[in-house]
Amino acid sequence: MLITSLYNYWIVIALMMIGLYMVVAQGNLIKKIIGLNIFQTSVFIFYISVGKVDGGAAPILIEGENVYSNPLPHVLILTAIVVGIATTSLALALVIRIMRAYGSVEEREIQAEEEKREIQAEQEKREMQAEEVQC
Amino acid sequence: MLSHLPILQVILPLVAAPSCMLIRRSSLVWFFSLLVSAGALVVSVLLLQQVIDSGPISYRLGGWEAPWGIEYRIDLLNAWVLLVVTGLGTAVIAAARQSVQREMDDLRQTLFYTLYLLCFAGLLGIVATGDVFNVFVFLEISSLATYALIALGRDRRSLWAAFQYLIMGTIGATFILIGIGFLYMMTGTLNMADLALRLPELGSSSTVLAAFAFIVVGVCLKLALFPLHMWLPNAYAFAPSIVTAFLAATATKVALYLLVRFIVTVFGIDFSLTSLPLQSLFIGLGLVGVFVASVVAIYQVDIKRMLAYSSVAQIGYMVVGIGISSVVAMQATLLHLFNHALMKGGLFLALAGLVYRLGSSRIDAFNGLGRTMPWTMAAIVIGGISLIGMPLTVGFVSKWYLITAAIESDMWLVALLVVLGSLIAAIYVWRLVEAGYFRQAPAGGDVTVGEAPLSLLVPTWILIGANIYFGIDTRLPVEVTGAVAQYLLGGIQ
Repeated sequence: MLITSLYNYWIVIALMMIGLYMVVAQGNLIKKIIGLNIFQTSVFIFYISVGKVDGGAAPILIEGENVYSNPLPHVLILTAIVVGIATTSLALALVIRIMRAYGSVEEREIQAEEEKREIQAEQEKREMQAEEVQC
Repeated sequence: MLSHLPILQVILPLVAAPSCMLIRRSSLVWFFSLLVSAGALVVSVLLLQQVIDSGPISYRLGGWEAPWGIEYRIDLLNAWVLLVVTGLGTAVIAAARQSVQREMDDLRQTLFYTLYLLCFAGLLGIVATGDVFNVFVFLEISSLATYALIALGRDRRSLWAAFQYLIMGTIGATFILIGIGFLYMMTGTLNMADLALRLPELGSSSTVLAAFAFIVVGVCLKLALFPLHMWLPNAYAFAPSIVTAFLAATATKVALYLLVRFIVTVFGIDFSLTSLPLQSLFIGLGLVGVFVASVVAIYQVDIKRMLAYSSVAQIGYMVVGIGISSVVAMQATLLHLFNHALMKGGLFLALAGLVYRLGSSRIDAFNGLGRTMPWTMAAIVIGGISLIGMPLTVGFVSKWYLITAAIESDMWLVALLVVLGSLIAAIYVWRLVEAGYFRQAPAGGDVTVGEAPLSLLVPTWILIGANIYFGIDTRLPVEVTGAVAQYLLGGIQ
């Protein structure tokens, strides 16, 4: 009974967990962003659920209606949606630049690339020191 | 005019940010940003004066009454934090011009100042507002600007650091949003003062507890409290030097303010620290953070990264102060908030000078620095001494209060560990001194290396000078923070 009557909250929790799991488990940066989006969307649905009043009408003046749903959470979440879009676009812009700089959007490959470069830098430094000694 | 001060603070940089894009010429934009920051500083001084004289100021946005409309509420706590943020922001931006010129191309310079002003507006908004949803909005404004600022770094790893911070930061902010949702569900209000009235009636219902958990974890992510600090070292190390100085001096301080605000004002100290085992959690995590981050700092090759880890450690001290939760401890936290901003602001600006001349902040760049750049090196040493907490510097003042508070609450072990933590700081600061004064500059190196440009050196020394000045003449910060702590916690003692 409890499960079915509060099904919207169960959906929220399920989406939230799926989103968080994707962010943590996926190595692909685009998939991470998708996960982040699902995570944020679950919160949007949560707010919208909170605003709904049982048997309430849409919050516009209608004759003969006394019970209205609460519009405030919906307005709040409009702001949060805008923030979410801004975050997503910034994240995608970063991914484009990461792709240009590293040639990959896989977390593992980017880290491997960095390690390779560090080893190279180390080697160059050693060679330079060796040359100095020879001089 | 005077009655609109609380909002002017935020509006000024917010409107100025897009205007930067119209001015375009980078030196003009710099001057414009400096004027705006200085304007915000003047406003915050006036606000603090007004609050000290006549108590908290309430400002209604658009004239809507408080619990329904958005209220900006300036009391002693946020007036103090506003002063710290605007003061440090102005000092950093005053130093920015040449360093930014060296590290970014023309187009990006304008973008840098735009983003800086946006971030500044966001941070001031978080501090000034009295509405919890407003906090979330400003948090995201400042965070989004911060991610872009970090990505301006020259090294491609800055992109990676920015992306990681974006993921962590967004999760943190969304956690705060969930918490706010729960609070609204239970109380039907978003106003902080109204929440503070209504929450005690609910007792410890599981929804309120969940809200508290989400908000505290979310804020601690932003604060980079150990073990949620993973984003910070990379972000600080690869961001442009000026950005690092700005973030280290302001962003974490604002997150700390938010933590204090939620714990003390919104949820009430009784609920937050007495009915939950949070006291031991904060002290424990804080101290572990101090030790782990300090030890990791010793092994860093990049000094920017080393100071970033040291920031994580210093955040640990501040959180310990919240954990002890006496008036003196809260005062220590607020003092350290100010003092740490001075230390790290000064140190990172000095590093900006180093990067300007040598293009590197690695430890080998320090070799022989005592001779080639004596003023920069001296600034780093004094900043380091302050970081350790030696007498005659501000670092000593806040550590003294923290240790006093620990002893007063019979937490001898905590007091001892705080002292031990400072000793570890001495080790990593010594590495700089050793390289700077006791090692020779590389033979055949660049002989033209000279002192950092004056435009960088003067703001650096203003901050470093403040480290010493407020270490000797402690009246202003001690009196104000004392009053703030009394105001926050006076009721329970």
